[in-house]
Amino acid sequence: MFRYELVKECLQEGTKLVQVVADSLFNLPSTQDVDGPLVKLPPPTTKLPREKHLPKPKPPTKWEEFAKRKGIKKRKKDKVAWDEQNGTWKRRFGYDSVNDGKDIPIIEAKMTDEPGEDPFAKRQDDKKKRVEKQEKNRLQNLKQAAKLGALPSLLQPCSACCYGSAPPKKVTKDELGNVAGMAATSTASGGKFDRKLPGEKPAKKQGKHRKFLPVVEGTGIGSREKEQTENDKLISKHSHEILNLDKSYSHDVTMYNVKKKKIKKARNRKNQEGKSSSTSNKLKPKKQLHKKGAKKGPGSSKKGKAQ
Amino acid sequence: MKGRVKRELDKRAPKLVETGKKTLILQGTKTSGTLNSVLSEIYNLKKGGAVRYTRKNDNIRPFESGGETSLEFFSLKTDCSIFVYSSHSKKRPNNLVIGRMYDHHVYDLIEVGVENFKSIESFSYDKKIAPRVGSKPFIAFIGEGFENVDELKHLKEVLLDLLRGEVVENINLAGLDRAYVCTAISSNKVYLTHCALRLKKSGTVVPRMELVEVGPSMDLVVRRHRLPNEGLRKEAMKTAKDQPKKKVKNVSSDAIQGTVGKIYIPDQKVGEMALPNKAKGVKRERREAKNKEANEHASKKQKEESE
Repeated sequence: MFRYELVKECLQEGTKLVQVVADSLFNLPSTQDVDGPLVKLPPPTTKLPREKHLPKPKPPTKWEEFAKRKGIKKRKKDKVAWDEQNGTWKRRFGYDSVNDGKDIPIIEAKMTDEPGEDPFAKRQDDKKKRVEKQEKNRLQNLKQAAKLGALPSLLQPCSACCYGSAPPKKVTKDELGNVAGMAATSTASGGKFDRKLPGEKPAKKQGKHRKFLPVVEGTGIGSREKEQTENDKLISKHSHEILNLDKSYSHDVTMYNVKKKKIKKARNRKNQEGKSSSTSNKLKPKKQLHKKGAKKGPGSSKKGKAQ
Repeated sequence: MKGRVKRELDKRAPKLVETGKKTLILQGTKTSGTLNSVLSEIYNLKKGGAVRYTRKNDNIRPFESGGETSLEFFSLKTDCSIFVYSSHSKKRPNNLVIGRMYDHHVYDLIEVGVENFKSIESFSYDKKIAPRVGSKPFIAFIGEGFENVDELKHLKEVLLDLLRGEVVENINLAGLDRAYVCTAISSNKVYLTHCALRLKKSGTVVPRMELVEVGPSMDLVVRRHRLPNEGLRKEAMKTAKDQPKKKVKNVSSDAIQGTVGKIYIPDQKVGEMALPNKAKGVKRERREAKNKEANEHASKKQKEESE
């Protein structure tokens, strides 16, 4: 019962409000329309948020700027024009247009014409050139508008007509050249049997990418050392993460990071001499991180090799 | 095809004056019978400007920071700026989240629970007065809560945006046949019902309004809501008329005289003006000056001759 009364009261109040609005609505000046009286509504008072941002005004095109400067005004032209030659009304431009060159029987030769040149073909070529130039100018205008951010994002010129994405950044020639190669080496046979496009250069590193350690440890850095350098590289790359919280070693660790270069140089020099260890105090921080490296050891070294 | 694509993109481009938001109706993982009817009836009410998705979407969580990406993607794809998302859980039974987008990013959200839902079928009425699809509604809000309580103020704005339909300047008075009545029953509960209008003859131009409930009707309990942040709100509320009309200096318009302009004339420098009517004195001076010159000439000649 209570619900029923609530509903009744709501409808009563609602009727009152609707009646008030209708009063002012029906008293507006109305014009007669086919279905009924048409009224022009007053501007709205309640502000509601927009769904999209305000459109930025388009910058004037090069022609528009020129016309403004010279004071040239647009003139309204008809779609059809009278063709004297045929005696009919034809379009001003387009398919069957007034002066399109299809029914010009004779072109008189001028002093400036070269002998052996086909004037009809020349007319067609000229028209093509004009059309191309116009298209180029149109694209330039669009680019200018896009640069100033005045084009709605979906109306970007040519390439970026996918939803919502920014126009793709410029890919350099080298990058493009590498892409095909990279894709090829990711196949099972290393891109050996892929069909190549005409003009495609062979990939820089052909075949599968594999790294083999030398069978015999020759001169230069031995395999253990290699593992060590690779670990070091990984550690230094992620030093901001690893550098943690063991405060007892912190001063040593910082010393390692700051003097990294010097230590590496020293280590390399020492390694070339055939020894695989450096002086004791420099060794301390290295040892500590070596432990950590060892934990990551097998995993990280695999990562290093399978590039 | 290029023309059609361009026209579609133009439709989705931001406009100076906006013409009503499209609604996206979709559901989450679990839904209830009530919610299904609610969604289908809202879709029917907004037939021309709504898109209904029927699949379950389990990665949409409007109130969580990562859970809106799907919604924004759908909004971009369908060009909808209001969405109605339903979900049913033990904690929030019969849950509806109504949200709006600005530039296809979430602008604000309000979460309501649906109680005491009565569908269109449960109302019996004379089919002749059934409202037609797409007609502009009267919307009435009853209760002080809509002025004082934050949640209800927000709900009022969102419901206005949702139920408003197409934005028009002129309206045909014969086509007014529906009204939404929204009553604040408590500080967080609102009774919403949809009624058909019956216009009865009265003595004056304004007909007497009668509301007949046709459904659906439901109680909405406000659960959570998220208001837009101040900067975004200001941005979205900007209208084209906000840009002040450039004031032309020294021009004012009067009701009686029309456009009136002011002209400022600098002071006349009386002493430096050239007199139009040459006074006698001036003429004589010139004559004397001429004679003097002639005499000088003559004397010079004499001198030359004598030499």
